[in-house]
Order: sequence, then C-alpha cells, then structure tokens
Amino acid sequence: MLDLASSNGQVQQDHGLDDSPLAIRGLTVSYGQKPAVFSVDMTVEPGKMTAIIGPNGAGKSTMLKAALGIVPPVSGQIQVFGKPLDAQRVRIAYVPQRASVDWDFPTRVIDVVLMGLYRELGLLGRLRGHHKAAAMDCLDRVGMGDFATRQIGQLSGGQQQRVFLARALAQGADLYLLDEPFAGVDAATEKAIISVLKALREAGKTVVVVHHDLATVTDYFDNVFLINTNKVAEGTVAEAFTAETLQAAYGGRLATAQVDQLALALG
Amino acid sequence: MLIDALLLQLGYNATLVAIGATLLGVSAGVTGTFLFLRKRALVSDAISHATLPGVCLAFILMASFGGDGRNLVGLLLGSAVSASAGLWCLNWLTRNTRLAEDAAIGSVLSVFFGFGIVLLTVIQTLGVGRQAGLEGFLLGSTAGMLWADAMVIAVGGAVTLLLILLIRRPMTLVAFDPEYAAARGLPVSKIDMAMMGLVMAVTVVGLKIVGLILIVALLIIPAVTARFWTERSDYVVLLAGLAGGLSAYIGAAMSASAPNLPTGPIIVLMSFALFLFSLLFAPNRGVLAAVLRHFRFQRRVHLRQGLLALAQGQPIYEKLTLRLLRNGGLVRADGVATDKGKARAAKALRDERRWAVVRADQAHEAAAALYDGLRQIESVLTQDQITEIDRHIGGPKEVLA
Repeated sequence: MLDLASSNGQVQQDHGLDDSPLAIRGLTVSYGQKPAVFSVDMTVEPGKMTAIIGPNGAGKSTMLKAALGIVPPVSGQIQVFGKPLDAQRVRIAYVPQRASVDWDFPTRVIDVVLMGLYRELGLLGRLRGHHKAAAMDCLDRVGMGDFATRQIGQLSGGQQQRVFLARALAQGADLYLLDEPFAGVDAATEKAIISVLKALREAGKTVVVVHHDLATVTDYFDNVFLINTNKVAEGTVAEAFTAETLQAAYGGRLATAQVDQLALALG
Repeated sequence: MLIDALLLQLGYNATLVAIGATLLGVSAGVTGTFLFLRKRALVSDAISHATLPGVCLAFILMASFGGDGRNLVGLLLGSAVSASAGLWCLNWLTRNTRLAEDAAIGSVLSVFFGFGIVLLTVIQTLGVGRQAGLEGFLLGSTAGMLWADAMVIAVGGAVTLLLILLIRRPMTLVAFDPEYAAARGLPVSKIDMAMMGLVMAVTVVGLKIVGLILIVALLIIPAVTARFWTERSDYVVLLAGLAGGLSAYIGAAMSASAPNLPTGPIIVLMSFALFLFSLLFAPNRGVLAAVLRHFRFQRRVHLRQGLLALAQGQPIYEKLTLRLLRNGGLVRADGVATDKGKARAAKALRDERRWAVVRADQAHEAAAALYDGLRQIESVLTQDQITEIDRHIGGPKEVLA
C-alpha cells in the first residue's frame, strides 16, 4: 500500500480502483444552489469497517445516497467493486435512516425482511418455505426472531432498526451501507447491531457506516472518513481520527475540552 | 325487483351493467390500494377530473368528421389523452415550481374540469345530433349499455388486474420504503408512473358506469375499508378488490332495480356502507372494538392496582377500584380483603416481581416487550421459565389484613 500525501496535506491511501468495494471520485451534490457535498473522493478498503463522520449537515447521508443513486449528483464518478453502480446493485445492501418509513404501513416484521428477497424472487416467483426460513434466519441473527408476526408499528425504535438490518442481511450482499444505524437506539440494539456488523467483517464483507457518535469510533471501526462538505481526512482510525483532523472537521463545534478528552482516549 | 337484479334476472342491460361494474369495482379496489399505500390518493381525483375536456373534444372531433360522436372507444381515448396531460402538468408543477403536491392537485383538477364544463356547455348549444349523454360521464349512466361497452370495461379491468399482478412487488416496495427501493436499483419514478397509468386506465374504464366525479371514491374507499381488517399489505389488496367488487355489484343491482337512481352514486354509497361497517365493527381497528377494549382495560387496570394496593397494605380511595374489588368477591363491604382477595393480591405482587426480573434480562427481550402492567406472565413464559425466575425472587409473601 502506498502512502500518498494529497495536495492539501492529508494522508491518503491508494488502492487500485479495480478492487475497492466503493470508489467515489469528484462527487458533488447540491440541494438547489448550495453544495451539500463538494468534490469528494473516497476509496473504501475491502473487508473493513469504515465510519463516515462529520458534524450535522456535513453531507454524510447525502454522500451515501448519492453513491447509491438515490439523489442525483451534480458531478462525480461512482464505482462498486471496479464496475459502474448499476451493474453491481446485487452486491450492495443499504440500511436507510429509520425516519423515512411510515410505521402504520400494513406490513409485519417478517414481510419487511422478505422484501429483501424481492430481487431474488423476481416479479412473479412464488414465496417458498426456504425463503421464509432464510428470512427467519436473518431475524434470528439480529435477535428479532420472536417478533416475526408483529406489525412494525408495534416495535420500539431499536427493534425497528434491527428489522431493517435483517432485511439487508437477507440480500446476501458484499458491501453494506448503513445510515446512522445507532442513532436513537437502546443499548441492547446497539450491541446486537455492532455484533452483526463485526460478524460480517469476519466473513470478509465490507461495512460502511454513517456514524454520529464520536465516542465509539475507536471501538467499532477500522477506518474513518471525515467530511464537512469537503473531505477532511481518510484513513485508519489511528491516522485519520486525531485531535487535529477532528478540529478541522468540526471546527468550533467541538469544545476544546471534548477534543482533548477524545485525544486522550485515542492515545 | 332487487333480488332479481342481484340474481342477474332483470334483463340484458342490467346484467351487463352488473358484470361490468363488478369487474370495475375489483380492479378499482386493487389499484386504489397501491395509491392509498403510496399516499397519493388525491392524485386520482385530479386525473379523473382531467378527463372531461378530452371526452368533450373527442366528441366534437368525431361528430365533426361525421361519425357517431358517442362512440365509447373514441371518447375514452380522448379522456385518456387529457388525463395524461393533466398528470403531466401535475408532475411538472410539483417538480419545477415551489407548489406542494396538494396545491398542484387542486390547481390541475379545477382548471381541467372547468375547461371541460365549458366545452360541455358549448356542445349542448351546438345542436350536433345526440350530444345528450356526455353528462352521463360525470356521474355514470348505464342506460342503453351495449355489449361492446361492457367488453371494453371487462377487458380494461382484466388487463389492469394482470398488470398489477405483474408489478405488485415493486409497487409495494416503493410504497413502503422508496429510498431502499431506489438503492435496490428499482426505477422509482417509472414505477410511480406505471401506478398512475393504471389508475388512469381504471378511471377511463370507469367513466361510463361510475362517472369521473366519483371514481376516486371507488379507488380509495375499498382500500381504506380493507385496512381495518388486516395488517398485511397483500391481504389489504385482496380485501379491497373484494370490497370494491361487492359494492359495485350490489350498487349496480340496486340502480338497475330502480331506474331513476344513477349507478355511480349508488355504488359509492354501497362502498361507504361497507366502510362504515368496518369502521365500527372490525375486530382490531374498529371503533366499537376500541371502545370495548378501553373499558375492559380500565377495569383491569383498576383491579390490578387494587390488588397491588391490598398486597402492600395501602389504602384504596378510588370508587371504581373498590366497586370492582367488591363485585369480584375480593374485598368485603367494609374494604377488608377476603381470603380470595388476599390470595389474588399476593399473586399480583409476586407477578410484578417476576416481571421485574424478566424486564431486566436481555434474554427475555421478546417477552419483556409484551409487558403492559396487565398481561398474565403465564401467557408469555413457560412454567419452567417462571420456576427459574422464582428461584431468584424467593417464595410468595403473605398478605396481611
């Protein structure tokens, strides 16, 4: 692996574009005239857990959505495992933010997970026993097996989040993109989710998480990507998650005491 | 007369209308469910009102070329063209201006409909032969329905149902979680367009029997009715089709048995009757069930709180609590606990302690989620599990006085 210092003095690791699970070049996304993400490059290391962090409104979710084609970018190139995005959809699983769903929608927990199998089923394929078994297995992996027939509105926030993760697991993908999966969930859910993600990493999958909680970055993740509309830093936690990079990303929004505290924790 | 109509004995025209209406009702109910799930119900109202100018223009065109201005296929084609124009305007307004969708719907609906009414009045003053009958597209008019008309409706309804069967999964996914659907590579805006296209097909096909003003009701009310009865989206679709078909069949029969009654409004009233019944009497989501549940819940809460108070030697002040305890033979008239009451109170306290253990334990998460202060712990855990918990909390405690 080469260590290249890019033009603005930040450390960058260069992998071949061919094998990176997610390679973003020159991504700019704007709502109206204001750029939410400006000219961002990112190369995700395979088989590792990467956190995308930055202050509120920094463009973290927007970046992920643009990478998936959910919001149209103004400019930028996206490559997934070396090929264009549309050719590789099968290999990507997305867990969106919980808020975007109507919880009164008539669907049960098991039905939500089965939606993860729709692509495999196709338009007219019949739902067979092994599909249901696969869905139940995914529910068991996130600890929600007993909730299979409950309507989703009857679940707590953390339980709903786990159901979404189960849906992503049902796809059997290689790259997992999660948008703030730990926001507003209980401790039990957080433990369940992080253990599932770590198991995915052990199995050789790549996990990218838009993360909101700086205190857990060193525990959970191998790599970080700091963004504040522009890219601030990218690399392993040791390299890119430092007091300087955090100060640069969060500006005045992190109190100096917080930064010092984090720096102490980071060692 | 009504029985005859229901049994399709009332004659050729009535039978045709009943069969056509039923097929329309089923496909409207099914299509409308996806609209309802996608929260776009009123777009169908804009589409249906936008059909009027097209119908009138088609009539004028056909009549001026010397043909029969009332040819159904021609009129329906015209309605489809102007409905598409209305839909296009709606999309353009929401995407390119700051107008929110509801304001855009209102604008398109009223402008197109107003234009259509103007054209209708123009036609009436033109004196072009046999123009009477276009008003029938407003509220539905089934007098003199032809075999060809019924075929158009039947084929249209059947094709719509087939197409829905084909794309039901993408439509459900887009309705439930459009961002996830987009991430899966589904063409969300194309699927929405397809759904709107199906709605337009149902609207156009239903113009003759139900009319453009009320077709929106046949699209929405069955879906809402079905929602009361199930928590599964595929069942909502099926029940909505059933509700739509049933109300259309009965409504058409009623209208046939009393020739002055217009078909469309009667069908809508039938579907409203089904809706009202579901609103009141559906077992889980109906109003009556909710009221009964509330009172039952209130009594159980009072009873349980009363028992817990007895177990802990606390005084009971609430009249309802005392009355319930007295009626259950758990306290005497002077408020002192009976033996039966003491036994129940001791169990209530013990159950609270058992629940506390369950709720603190990660392994019992599913059971703990069912705790609501009233649920019997035996319904959630096996006897072995309860015995295991009892080992932690010790033996039952006697209730004093």
